[in-house]
Amino acid sequence: MSLPFLLEVGTEEIPDWMIPGALESLHLLFEKAEIPHETVRLDATPRRLVLRAEGLPERQADREERILGPAKSAPAQAVAGFARKQGVKPEDLATESNSKGEYYVFVKKVAGRATKDILAESLAGMVLQIYFPKSMYWTGKSGPRFIRPIRWIVALLGDEIVPFELAGVRSGALSAGHRRLGSPEIAVTIEDYDQRLRDHYVILSAEERRQRISKDLSTMRAKADPALLETLVYITEYPTPICGSFDPQYLELPEEVLVTVMRHHQKYFSVEDAQGKLAPKFVAVMNIDSDPEGFVRNGNERVLRARFNDARFFWETDQKKKLADRVQDLAHVTFQAKLGSYLEKTERMMALAKDLGGDTRAVRAAELSKCDLTTELVKEFTELQGVVGGLYARVQGEAEPVWQAIYDHYKPESMEDSIPRNRTGQIVALADKLDTLRGCFRVGLIPTGSRDPFALRRAAQGVVKIMVEGKFDLPLADLIAGDEALQSFVEERVRFYFKDACGFKYDEVNAAMAAGWSNLVDLEARLKRIQDLRSSPDFEPLAASFKRIRNILEQAKFTGEGSIDESLLETGPERDLYDEYRRIAGQPIEAVISQLRPKVDLFFDKVLVNAPDALIRRNRLTLLNTLLKEFSTIADFSQIVTNF
Amino acid sequence: MLSFQDIVFKLKQYWAERGCIIQEPYDVEVGAGTMCPETFLRVLGPQPYRVAYVQPSRRPADGRYGDNPNRLFKHSQLQVILKPSPEDVIEQYLGSLEAIGIDLRQHDLKFEEDNWESPTLGAWGIGWQVMLDGLEITQFTYFQQCGGIDLDLVPAELTYGLERIAAFLQVRDSVYDIEWTKGFSYRDVRYLDELQYSVYNFEMADIATLWKLFELHEGEATRLLQAYDPKSPEKKRFPLLPAYDQVLKCSNIFNTLDSRGAISVTERVGVIQRVRKIAVGVAQTWLNQQQEALVAEEVAR
Repeated sequence: MSLPFLLEVGTEEIPDWMIPGALESLHLLFEKAEIPHETVRLDATPRRLVLRAEGLPERQADREERILGPAKSAPAQAVAGFARKQGVKPEDLATESNSKGEYYVFVKKVAGRATKDILAESLAGMVLQIYFPKSMYWTGKSGPRFIRPIRWIVALLGDEIVPFELAGVRSGALSAGHRRLGSPEIAVTIEDYDQRLRDHYVILSAEERRQRISKDLSTMRAKADPALLETLVYITEYPTPICGSFDPQYLELPEEVLVTVMRHHQKYFSVEDAQGKLAPKFVAVMNIDSDPEGFVRNGNERVLRARFNDARFFWETDQKKKLADRVQDLAHVTFQAKLGSYLEKTERMMALAKDLGGDTRAVRAAELSKCDLTTELVKEFTELQGVVGGLYARVQGEAEPVWQAIYDHYKPESMEDSIPRNRTGQIVALADKLDTLRGCFRVGLIPTGSRDPFALRRAAQGVVKIMVEGKFDLPLADLIAGDEALQSFVEERVRFYFKDACGFKYDEVNAAMAAGWSNLVDLEARLKRIQDLRSSPDFEPLAASFKRIRNILEQAKFTGEGSIDESLLETGPERDLYDEYRRIAGQPIEAVISQLRPKVDLFFDKVLVNAPDALIRRNRLTLLNTLLKEFSTIADFSQIVTNF
Repeated sequence: MLSFQDIVFKLKQYWAERGCIIQEPYDVEVGAGTMCPETFLRVLGPQPYRVAYVQPSRRPADGRYGDNPNRLFKHSQLQVILKPSPEDVIEQYLGSLEAIGIDLRQHDLKFEEDNWESPTLGAWGIGWQVMLDGLEITQFTYFQQCGGIDLDLVPAELTYGLERIAAFLQVRDSVYDIEWTKGFSYRDVRYLDELQYSVYNFEMADIATLWKLFELHEGEATRLLQAYDPKSPEKKRFPLLPAYDQVLKCSNIFNTLDSRGAISVTERVGVIQRVRKIAVGVAQTWLNQQQEALVAEEVAR
């Protein structure tokens, strides 16, 4: 008979962002327990992690265990002793022969254990092994650790409770409803579980909660925000969106500030009017079914008003001192203990901006870029650093390229994020990131494994992205010269960018970078050429030949000195290859690949490179080396993985 | 409508009925109710304890001369410590909201992750900020460590922001318009505190004097900690509570210097370390003193 299984771990409110990972972890642990089953389904709300499975056997299959006894030749006493130990008569023993001879064997029939017993033994351990990025203890210092206290457990196999205890909580068939709308204790069976929860205002399925929020969001003209939506899906058991409004006078504040207050501080969606402009409205998602008296809407409106008032207070206070007058204040803001203040960083960035080809505007933007760190608004909304500086620079009359550069200079903040919109901003962003990288590596703050407190990977990735997409025709290697650790760190980011972000094949990236990677614009162009070349039928065979040439040169320990002596060339394939080389030298490989390939093939087919005559051998090696060098300026083709 | 003081009475009554000792505010200036010995020292060790008190909490940097409707130099926290935390701690907490007239079926309540940490006290915990209709009204923390020491029993700490709750219940946009009691607004009672302390903290506090005071209090705490003899039969008499007062003085002076803009970011870490050192010293010594006292009591019995 096959049985359904239900496990519900009832907890206090789990942080929303940890829930999907916890379910994944629970799923893996369940699969690892090797309990046969057909389907598994996982669900969660902030207060419960739920695993349901179908098709569990009532018992595990019976099996046989073979216990090896004495040899057939052993004295009868020993055989009797063995039989007695197994609780049978000697005549009931079987025999078995292996490489060493014939032996007595006892075939023990082991009845399959009840699945319920196996579950009862393993569930507590399984639950406690669920991975959370942070955990706590609550029953006392030596007690179990979990993300939040466990308050109830439902564990049912068919109609029966799977009995076990965890952190002082006994498993049972009692679940709990919504904290305020449901009952704290509700008896459930596997069949009525969903419905019972629903009756008590818990929507178990995240997808259903998502739909419930989404359908209102569009009618309320809320701006799409998938990350916020996920947060709200996992912070509620019975989500209901409501629309509130605020005084249009606050629209005088920059939209960036308003949206940040709503999104990050209040978890509200912002709303657009018919023209796509920010409307004086917001959408909050309640964890309750309705708001008939408008209490919740009024309350949220008041909170938002207070928040906007604060923001306006900061905005107005900050205006009293211009950004330009704040530069010296940066002397009191530490960038990093060993790297000095932000004033020093600013000075380094200004010099670097000039080195990167920046004009006076770039230098001006670099000078003002960090000044917003001293403003009240950024102290309050740190996530708006840069943006706030840009906004202040705009009202204080800085030129458009300058304020835009300040606004954008933390970009790109991720691989998906765009680079600064104008050249000035790109230069300032590069100067900022390069300075951070050079400084941190110089004083030994080098990321290890997952520890990267100064987000240097992101900085390096940003440098690469800006230089490629902004078409900076500059030698990157020179900008980070003299620091080997930094060079290889950045090289790794270049590789990652072209491989994972741009989708070039790894061997193409290896081949192109082996021919140099300092100028990223040039590198990108070469990569595109290789990608195009790859579709040519001659490419892989030729690449294979290049690999062969490289191997031959390496085995011969060829140093590459000397030049080709034409008189030593043999008429036929060798001479033909040489003539072909002379004819096509200096031309792009795309134009000549189809003529070159047969000549190379023929050469390897007919000519013995390792000729007995040392001079001839040497001359042939020189020919191959010359050929390899000629076509290795775009890539080291021997790095291409081929099927030949 | 409940006045500000009615809310305080009701909450104290509620928690008294659930076995809490009702304490009065601690008489040394603190930045939060957590810093009072009733929390900082009582959460250490294996003895159960339940206490509730209102603690005026000073945050020099948050002063706004009485101009900002939501920010205060000195706000009032109702601090509740339930050690160990009962299984129904959240239900009890929700009951306290009902007790001050919040109908939870008509309002939106959410528990949002917010882990509390105080580097100066070597203390941290796991918990939430409790949001009522989008307003943070309580910090709920399961203490894990205090004075750098893992706690034997895990206490639940509930910290109610009384001004916010009162403004919410009385539907006021400014804390200054809260009715403290009939005929007196919050402004009548507290405005001068806000104005004068803002002037002092931001403009007039003498930096050199404050540094000198900081060092004196730090020195006194250090001197006492060094004088403690764990082997002394008389160690129960040893004045650790006064030593802890010196820690609190240092912490408040540090906050004042900070609001005065006298501490650079680099220095900051160092000064926090200095306060932490004496705070952790007191916590460890306290544990030693209490453990011996417990053993002695048991032997006597």
